[in-house]
Amino acid sequence: MSELFHSVTLISDKCKGCINCIKRCPTEAIRVRNGKAHIISERCIDCGECIRICPHRAKQAIYDPLDVMFHYKYTVALPAPSLYGQFHNLDDVDIILNALLKMGFHAVFEVSKAAEIHSDCTRRLITENKLKKPIISSACPAVVRLIRVRFPELLENLLPLSAPIEIAASMARKEAMEKTGLKSEEIGIIFISPCAAKNSAVKNPFGILKSEVDHVVAISDVYPKLLSFMKEDEMEENLSDSGIIGVGWASSGGEAAGSLVENYLAADGIENVIKVLEDIEDEKFSDLDFIELNACSGGCVGGVLTVENPYVARARLKKLRKYLPVAVNHIGSTIPEEANLVCPIEPITVLPLSNNITEAMAKMAALEEIEKNFPALDCGSCGAPSCHALAEDTIRGIASEGDCIFRLREHINLLIEEMSMLDKFIPPPFRNTEGDTHDSKNNGEEPKK
Amino acid sequence: MGETIKLHYEVPGDDFTRAGEASSNVKKVLKQLGIPPQITRKVAISLYEGEINMVIHANGGHIDVEIADNVINLSLKDDGPGIPDISLAMKEGWSTAPDNVRSLGFGAGMGLPNMKKYTDEMRIESVVGKGTDIFMKVYIK
Repeated sequence: MSELFHSVTLISDKCKGCINCIKRCPTEAIRVRNGKAHIISERCIDCGECIRICPHRAKQAIYDPLDVMFHYKYTVALPAPSLYGQFHNLDDVDIILNALLKMGFHAVFEVSKAAEIHSDCTRRLITENKLKKPIISSACPAVVRLIRVRFPELLENLLPLSAPIEIAASMARKEAMEKTGLKSEEIGIIFISPCAAKNSAVKNPFGILKSEVDHVVAISDVYPKLLSFMKEDEMEENLSDSGIIGVGWASSGGEAAGSLVENYLAADGIENVIKVLEDIEDEKFSDLDFIELNACSGGCVGGVLTVENPYVARARLKKLRKYLPVAVNHIGSTIPEEANLVCPIEPITVLPLSNNITEAMAKMAALEEIEKNFPALDCGSCGAPSCHALAEDTIRGIASEGDCIFRLREHINLLIEEMSMLDKFIPPPFRNTEGDTHDSKNNGEEPKK
Repeated sequence: MGETIKLHYEVPGDDFTRAGEASSNVKKVLKQLGIPPQITRKVAISLYEGEINMVIHANGGHIDVEIADNVINLSLKDDGPGIPDISLAMKEGWSTAPDNVRSLGFGAGMGLPNMKKYTDEMRIESVVGKGTDIFMKVYIK
């Protein structure tokens, strides 16, 4: 089984074993053992909730350091549109794009440009009407992973297009090679990301064989460096090449708006996404054509690697987009090859209880028996997020019933009772006081008088 | 009498995603000519609003821009359904835009009012069933 790279890591020294993260993980992927949190790799979807909630900053995102850009002869920056919403008092995207060049990148290719191409492909696929409805967007890697782990029957609803970041990387690399004549390995395609999950998607891509992105760096690292290069009074080269639809992708609802579909739903925040997916499973949304799902609140602007409050960024982007053309980038008569998926998106199976159905049913019954004895408080003191999870862990042999402190208390109370009963049976020479606390009924003896 | 620069744009009505290209182009030209930025902004915004209206409501049309040394003349003409009640259309917040463009930020009902606000003169001629012509002037001070 692959899929072992995750973009979340634990700084062990900072972890206090406080169980905040285990309660927030949407896939119950974390356990606290020996005073430290552990992530169960197969269950983790890289949503970043544990990073957000950890009060001790022990959970951190993994991404590449900025100096990777110096490892290549020619580097192309791929700024996510979320970057544009991070700056106060900005009214022209060109200022950011020019600053990226001053920072040391040789060229810039906006992800919003590829997003418009993606939207045009989406509109084309919708007119062809061959897709299963409701169509679920496939741009958020945490959502795709969630579907692969927990809702595999919905995989056939996923929009069969490569995410904008991959389209951008393919196009940028092609352009760079044509312009410079350099070999592919000499060109660095570097994504400036709001989100750690994209890092996992680049290292472990789905739907394609290999990602065209070389490195994923964080907006939070790029932001302070960019500020020093952004001076508004200078004449800016016209680099910006996207419109309302492309820039709008950074906020929740942007992708759906770009599809120009009337019946759509856009949900953001992992808990809301799960609710929507459960409702789709129950076929409650049969009259919707398109469903946009974002793991982060507010959309990509709410990613863990951003600097600004997502709702502030959203408002800024709305203003930035206001008088832009609706879309600057369009596809020709066919969907470009960069946008097509190459292989199917497979489900990820978390270890089943057993490969044999009969055995699995027996284990399930045993699990329910064990769970009945738990207090159903989901308190987390055992290190598992819920009583059900502890019961399952017990069946799998990685935990035991005694881990539950309420069960432990019950045992202690029993022991206390037994201890007091035992005291009554102490032979006379060792009794504490005359003629007391021995049960004459039980041993038939006359009380000593 | 001076030289004037004339620009002409055909605005296609069948692809909403191309809306805004003409006004974006005019903005670039004005920037290159060194027109003061506040004037460029006024022209760009009023032209943008007019162009979007043309695509959303009138199925396209054409735009003519004439740049003289003291004034910029804007003319937007379409063969759309026409505006039945112009004073209602000029009301802030009044919009007949469809839902799917509202999610892109349109349909706030500020288009015509903004065009009046940002230009020095504005004239609307519209016949229901035939089309709409809008003429605007922005003076270069």
